[in-house]
Amino acid sequence: MTEPILRVSNIETYYGPIMAIRGISLHIDPGKIVTVLGANGAGKTTLLKTISGAMDPQKGTVEFEGREIQKQDPDRVMRAGISHVPEGREVFPFLTVHENLMMGAFTRRDREGIQRDLELVLGYFPVLEARSKQQAGQLSGGEQQMLAIGRALMSHPRLVLLDEPSLGLSPILVNDIFGIIERINREQGTTILLVEQNAHMALSIADYGYVLEVGRVVMEDTAERLRDKEDIKEFYLGMKDAGSRGKRRWKRVKTWR
Amino acid sequence: MLQFVQLVLNGSSIGCIYALVALGFVLIYKATEVVNFAQGELMMFGAFFAYTLITLFGFSYWIGAAGAILGMMAFGYLLDRVVLRPVLGQPAFAMIMLTIGIGYVSRSVAGLVPGWGTAAYAIDTPFSAEGLPLLTTAETSLVISEQNLSIIGATVLFCAVLFAFFRYTRIGVAMQATSQNQLAAYYMGIPVKSVFSLIWAISAGVAAAAGVLLAPITLIDTNMGFIGLKAFPAAVLGGFGSIPGAIVGGLTIGIIESLAGFYLPQGFKDIAAYIVLLAVLVLRPEGLFGQATRKKV
Ligand SMILES: Nc1ncnc2c1ncn2[C@@H]1O[C@H](COP(=O)(O)OP(=O)(O)OP(=O)(O)O)[C@@H](O)[C@H]1O
Ligand SMILES: [Mg+2]
Repeated sequence: MTEPILRVSNIETYYGPIMAIRGISLHIDPGKIVTVLGANGAGKTTLLKTISGAMDPQKGTVEFEGREIQKQDPDRVMRAGISHVPEGREVFPFLTVHENLMMGAFTRRDREGIQRDLELVLGYFPVLEARSKQQAGQLSGGEQQMLAIGRALMSHPRLVLLDEPSLGLSPILVNDIFGIIERINREQGTTILLVEQNAHMALSIADYGYVLEVGRVVMEDTAERLRDKEDIKEFYLGMKDAGSRGKRRWKRVKTWR
Repeated sequence: MLQFVQLVLNGSSIGCIYALVALGFVLIYKATEVVNFAQGELMMFGAFFAYTLITLFGFSYWIGAAGAILGMMAFGYLLDRVVLRPVLGQPAFAMIMLTIGIGYVSRSVAGLVPGWGTAAYAIDTPFSAEGLPLLTTAETSLVISEQNLSIIGATVLFCAVLFAFFRYTRIGVAMQATSQNQLAAYYMGIPVKSVFSLIWAISAGVAAAAGVLLAPITLIDTNMGFIGLKAFPAAVLGGFGSIPGAIVGGLTIGIIESLAGFYLPQGFKDIAAYIVLLAVLVLRPEGLFGQATRKKV
């Protein structure tokens, strides 16, 4: 048994009086891709923000490589080895593509290492090389997503948090980007926590998955078994008509826990 | 015609002062979203620092000027670290009230410091106020004083240094990144709170430079910070978020004041800045240099 690289235990996170995360626990083994699935408002983004320190949990702990990191500022969490690719890319719009990438390496001093990682990122995303001198705000949505992922890799992180990389992209591009995420994981050994609504794509590359509903984990299993589960198919893989989606709650599932 | 050019030239030098103070407003606002209404008071403190070093302690002008700028950078850093950081994240209104309070307290405190008081002081500068002829025709001639030349030259120099700093240094680019997207900057490992303090240091340093340059023209007194009331419209004119905008805005207001003071009836000089501001805002609400993309936080 290996020690998990990330262990989240019973965290509760609030927006003022609103409880967005209601006691979530999960763990990620090193070198794996773990996905967190959930509908709009399930608390996926809040979970990632709590891990990366953008939000503080009221209760519970987040341990990275055995050290507690909850309630630290995001820049310190990042220095510990966690890179966060936020929902909606959030590139620096008036900096060039190259400057954006170099900001990803802000915490590093090893010139050769930075150069190596820059070549690596440009190898995964050749379009960024062509756009190197252009302002990031002028890129297409897909290019911005690639830039956001590339920028996160520039810190040579051991864990990458990816928040809905498929958001607003065409199916072909989603396919490309997920292929690259998988390659980064296999080739670099980078552990990945992937938040998605596109369960089909996420489960196709993940090793393990959690399903979130209104701030709780309602199901967890290996990706392989989740792919076969009836409920998942209904909710996320679009196997049933869309009408039933909003009405069904995870009542039956919840009683399992 | 020469008359007009002369007025523009005179207006440019005071415009440079407005531009430097406006630059301080913009730097702080862009990065931290705080409108620092104490910017003029930072300038006042800078001028008093220089006065203390040069007139009271007898240092040379250059050491006094450099000391005032460095001293104010430290002061600005500490002001952010000690006073503003604890209230970070409060509503914008609270932060604005706080900076207005800082300005108010600064004026009172400056009046209490031994040797400063409420009188007006001058500092000795190596620049004469005498006009150097640039161009002479039969009836009149175009002149500029060493004083005005020093203001324009120093402003150009400071702008060039700041430009290079923001453009080419790692921490400068990180400051730009922070002002474009604060949360993303955090995710890059940029220590956002320290960046804020550094921005305050730079703004205070630029304000001090403005104070030192202005001192020979208007004398130093505790109310000289009210020049912020001219610099503020300059910053808005330029789009309040654009650094070149602040400089163009400052120059515009300085020049228009100078022209209004000569061609228009008395009294127009002081409101000219606001009339221009209103006109520009009606025609181009985002200011002369406003960025079309709204920033996200
Ligand atoms: N800034 C905020 N203030 C108050 N409530 C918020 C805020 N942001 C999110 N919430 C609430 O917290 C809950 C979880 O939101 P979160 O953004 O984590 O969902 P999500 O799973 O990422 O959804 P999506 O798939 O739409 O991105 C939602 O009920 C949402 O309304
Ligand atoms: Mg989300």
